[in-house]
Amino acid sequence: MKQHRSIRKHNTQALADLFRKFMPASAVLTEKEDLRPFECDGLSAYHSLPLLAVLPETVEQIQQVLAICHENDVPVVARGAGTGLSGGALPNSQGVLLSLAKLNRILELDPVQRIARVEPGVRNLAISEAAAPFKLFYAPDPSSQIACSIGGNVAENSGGVHCLKYGLTVHNVQQIKVLTGKGDMLTLGGSGLDSPGLDLLALMTGSEGMLGIIVEITVRLLPLPEKTEVILAAFEDIAKAGEAVGNIIAAGIIPAGLEMMDNPAIRAAEAFAHAGYPQEAAAILLCELDGDEIDVQQQRQRVEAVLSQSGAGEIRVARDSEEKQLFWKGRKAAFPAVGRLSPDYYCMDGTIPRKRLAEVLTRIGELSDEFGLAVANVFHAGDGNLHPLILYDANIEGELARAEAFGGKVLELCVEAGGTITGEHGVGMEKLDQMCVQFTPLELEYFHAIKHAFDAKELLNPGKVIPTLHRCAEFGAMHVHHGQLPHPELERF
Amino acid sequence: MDISLRLQGQVRQAIDKRQTFRIEGNNSKAFLGRPVTGEVLSLREHHGIVSYEPTELVITCHAGTTLKELEQTLAEKRQMLPFEPPHFGEQATLGGTIACGLAGPRRPFSGAARDFVLGCRVLTGKGDIIHFGGEVIKNVAGYDVSRLMTGAFGTLGVLLDVSLKVLPLPEHEATLQKACSAEQALDIMTRLAGQPTPLSGACHDAENLYLRFSGSRQSVEAACKRFEGDEMEHGQRLWQQIREHQHAFFRQQKPLWRLSLAASSAPLTLAGETFLDWGGAQRWLYSDEPASRIRDAVSALGGHATLFRNPGEQSEIFHPLGSLEKQLHLNLKQVFDPFGLLNYGRMYEGL
Repeated sequence: MKQHRSIRKHNTQALADLFRKFMPASAVLTEKEDLRPFECDGLSAYHSLPLLAVLPETVEQIQQVLAICHENDVPVVARGAGTGLSGGALPNSQGVLLSLAKLNRILELDPVQRIARVEPGVRNLAISEAAAPFKLFYAPDPSSQIACSIGGNVAENSGGVHCLKYGLTVHNVQQIKVLTGKGDMLTLGGSGLDSPGLDLLALMTGSEGMLGIIVEITVRLLPLPEKTEVILAAFEDIAKAGEAVGNIIAAGIIPAGLEMMDNPAIRAAEAFAHAGYPQEAAAILLCELDGDEIDVQQQRQRVEAVLSQSGAGEIRVARDSEEKQLFWKGRKAAFPAVGRLSPDYYCMDGTIPRKRLAEVLTRIGELSDEFGLAVANVFHAGDGNLHPLILYDANIEGELARAEAFGGKVLELCVEAGGTITGEHGVGMEKLDQMCVQFTPLELEYFHAIKHAFDAKELLNPGKVIPTLHRCAEFGAMHVHHGQLPHPELERF
Repeated sequence: MDISLRLQGQVRQAIDKRQTFRIEGNNSKAFLGRPVTGEVLSLREHHGIVSYEPTELVITCHAGTTLKELEQTLAEKRQMLPFEPPHFGEQATLGGTIACGLAGPRRPFSGAARDFVLGCRVLTGKGDIIHFGGEVIKNVAGYDVSRLMTGAFGTLGVLLDVSLKVLPLPEHEATLQKACSAEQALDIMTRLAGQPTPLSGACHDAENLYLRFSGSRQSVEAACKRFEGDEMEHGQRLWQQIREHQHAFFRQQKPLWRLSLAASSAPLTLAGETFLDWGGAQRWLYSDEPASRIRDAVSALGGHATLFRNPGEQSEIFHPLGSLEKQLHLNLKQVFDPFGLLNYGRMYEGL
């Protein structure tokens, strides 16, 4: 062990010296206390120190870092603002942590072409703020938008509350510049609406830092809508709230946002944000409509009618922009609000077909009893993306493990219901086991081969996103996939 | 009818013999792409709607399902394919449409084919049937292979089933017509696209600008009043003719180029006639100019050019790729079709 440590130390210094040839000493961190801030992302249950961290300021520096790492077989983990919730930016203990935070300039904002060309460290909200004087905005708005960076958004294919109408990151990116593991530059996309050949832009979006390092992003901007309305509806029965969502869509209306909260989430949010939510309701729906004045007014009337026909007890339309913000404040503060109820919470991210909502929530309630951990549910109802927040206390021995086991069950439940293990947070380090439930060993082999096609040495964010078949075999010893045991060819233990 | 196991058997048998295949639905888009040799692998019998949940906004079909049947089914529930795909033939199939990744006039305002593909089941050139994505709108588990398959012209696998997001049909649509030059049209289209209008189509046929608005009746009527131009009586027919290349413009016997570039780019100085669609981001050009001149002109603007229809001699169809990008394409071909059995060479040599 001692010997191992000294080799590591030696390599670290040698590597740091190579990097310091083209970067200032302050941009190459090797001391434990300097590395500590990078030990985890938004999923703090997983942490690890990298060999060293680099904070380059230019694309050329990143290229040199990558070339050196490639030459020396050193893993590289890219990191933006570190707000990810699946451990995607968890450092590799034998690798370099590549922080892109210093590349934070908006390079170009063209209101005629309606694009913004930005560096990866630019914050999501900063793009919309820069576009606002031109009455434009960047649509994907993850709840971390104040802090999260656009490079991470592309790597994770981030969503937000407006996905149903405006799409995910993949629908709003026009061009990216990507570095391969060797440091070679690739431009994907173009000035138009498509590009020749295979859609590598779509493949790269959401690839979680496994296929390349994104160093420049051109996003599309949309005209700010003329008018928005926010409607709050309370239900005594959560199943009815779910049906109401289907009924709104059946009426031919695509709201800009359609969010649901269950009673524990309502209570937590109300206590925190004082948004005026009806605390006795089993569920509330928040429905945002946007568009031109006339359209929104008409849609509002129809949504109100649909909601009341669907059994909503109370329906409130926000009177002014202050009340609109107040309605949203409760929803947007749901995570920290739940955080006040409990020392720790674990945020899950499954997607289900909406029609299965009532049964999935019932089952989550049963699991909550089984595991002895409370849960609050926040739901992007329009697109079926469920965020159960599992409450636990990391200081009580065994609770974190129980929360993780509970979370794993919830994701498997989503797959059983015809959904998926992650709607917008990514697989990262967190959901490797559940990938074995979502995909067959054969499909995972194709994923591994795609990784290999881009990164033959497998140095970019290694060990994330795609589980090894061995791992699945171990996990599969306890699980059955589509009625069949995975890897029938492998010996069972 | 699901014939995927039969298709899988055909591909598996072909591996040893290195028998190549030309994947075919109903042959409506055979004109597009480089020539492919091999036995026909027909998806015609692999048709039918697998599931449709209007309130979930999701439909899943076997690839051989005709667009006509699919669109009729959606229309009965007042829904549509938002990317308004061209058919280019009575019997066009969904598989061919997704494989070619084509989209119609609504594209800049609603999205491309790949934007609405949620999942697919694919038969690879190794004879494997694999499933990616799903039937939910938000899904980031694993690499986005479904979107990679969209527009891959069958070179990475045979699309068996496709799940798509669909949207409600607009309540009302109207089209305005206004005589103006290409420069004026580009100026108006770019300006409009930057405003919150219910715009859903914007094109120019060398003489006239056409604008389509979609939404509630009042909102469309208000938009029509706000902008100059005469409301057309049969607007919808015009957009269908443009989508299907049945408009009078598309009757020339020259090479037809599809130029994809920034909508706001000034008119190009290439000889020939131009039709502006997608608000200027997709331009159809009949021209005898050498391919290299056309490609260079578009490349300089960050765009690309496709030789869409070519009555003349054989040549490259798609815009050339950079060497690194080409290598990655070949690497991906190795992953999905290592023996080069499926639509070999349809997009590029070796792919």
